[in-house]
Amino acid sequence: MWRDAALVAGKDLRIEARSRVALSQVAPFGIVALALFAFALGPDRDVLARGAPGLFWVAVLFCTVLAVQRSVSVESADGARDGLRLSGIDPAGLFLGKAAAVGVQLLVLEAILVAGVVLLYGARIQIPWMVGVSCALGTIGLAVTGTLYGALSSGLRMRETLLPFLLLPIVAPVLLAGTRIWQAAMVGGSPGDGTQWLRLLVAFDAVYLAVGVILFGPIQETA
Amino acid sequence: MSDLESALGRTHGSPVPTAAGTGPTPPPVRSARSRATERVIGVLALVGTAFTVWLGLWVTPPDRTQGDLVRLVYLHPGVAWVALYLAFGLAAVSSLLYLWPRTRSLFWDRLAAASVEVGVVFNVCTLVSGSIWGKPTWGVWWAWDARLTLTAVLLVLFLGYLALRRIPAEPEVRARRSAFVALFAVLDVPLVHFSVNWWNTLHQGATVLNPGLTLKIHGSMAWTLLLGFVSLTLAFVWMLLVRYRIGVLEDWLDANELDAALAERRSEGTGPGPAVPSEPVGVA
Repeated sequence: MWRDAALVAGKDLRIEARSRVALSQVAPFGIVALALFAFALGPDRDVLARGAPGLFWVAVLFCTVLAVQRSVSVESADGARDGLRLSGIDPAGLFLGKAAAVGVQLLVLEAILVAGVVLLYGARIQIPWMVGVSCALGTIGLAVTGTLYGALSSGLRMRETLLPFLLLPIVAPVLLAGTRIWQAAMVGGSPGDGTQWLRLLVAFDAVYLAVGVILFGPIQETA
Repeated sequence: MSDLESALGRTHGSPVPTAAGTGPTPPPVRSARSRATERVIGVLALVGTAFTVWLGLWVTPPDRTQGDLVRLVYLHPGVAWVALYLAFGLAAVSSLLYLWPRTRSLFWDRLAAASVEVGVVFNVCTLVSGSIWGKPTWGVWWAWDARLTLTAVLLVLFLGYLALRRIPAEPEVRARRSAFVALFAVLDVPLVHFSVNWWNTLHQGATVLNPGLTLKIHGSMAWTLLLGFVSLTLAFVWMLLVRYRIGVLEDWLDANELDAALAERRSEGTGPGPAVPSEPVGVA
């Protein structure tokens, strides 16, 4: 399972390294989103710094949708999905590999966006490890649920419009938890508030990881 | 029974010739008993709701603090119970039963779909009646109270499920896909529940929301409340039965539409004039 996962993740990341879609399209889109939030809220840096945690996570959510769309469309050309299923790769490994590739791309995007909110919004982070842990746990949750819904919608003609509608409400807890952890980790926040939210993120990740590992085989058959 | 025959004819317009064995399969027929049950439940729901309205608007006294606003209490909790517990619970259970290989049958899929669709109607009614109550009580149409937020998230999840179902697919594929989406949504509910609870309490502290309905329950009020619950539940069951039946007919139509149309067209050809040969003869 783990070997298969590494193979699939390596394949997806190699495709990304050669095509640079995430880096040249999704990351700039994230920056544009940050700029749009600033236009919407006004140039007041106090307001922007206070809103930074939530705006950061909303931008990450939008980027997740794009990254998942890309991850699905990679498989939809040239019968690649059937090829993968024929290759005898363990479905759980396939699931973990696809999710890992999306997760790695999201982590890079998040690093760019963190720099963005610090530079553009003047967000002041007091406890960097807390921000890092929230990003890591949130990324797992987003990548895992994104991969599940991506697989469910992979054969559908209306995928582009349906996927965000299905995925975004499901990841609402990630947005809430990520934002609260960030707020706790900012200058002037109360760090004690963060722990229960970290636990919620762990629970979210565990639930959907387990579902994906167990059910990814049958889910693929629905496409 | 001739009753059944006429019902059959009415659903389909005109009787379709099913001769020669190659014609379309006839639409599914229900027993007279199930039709009668459905009708009785519908009438009971209608009468019960009308009675609740009468009791709630004219018979029960106004509340000391809330005045006439209290009358919404006969409707709102009942609607919310149907939407949030009954409809969503039934959809969750039947989706799981569909996914479980031993109980896999399109019955559970159609039941889940009907339950979600009726649940959406009740969910919207919950939000609307809550807003009507919230405006004079809290001063706002919408407050980001944990319960309101959870209800709204559930509505969005329901709507996503219905949107997915509208995408044309084989009944089995659609059933499987929908059941997975329902399962993911069900798993999300406790997570959303905890997160919106903490979100609200951490953010705003104690609020005026969730007032716990500190009413002095008058005898007639308690009875009206109970009657409201029962008749709304009956209304849900009735709508569920009707929607399930429509689902069965829709699936039948999807599978047989073309056959039926072809058969009808052919029967036109074999009217008073010379019969059209069913197979090409003597091709040069």
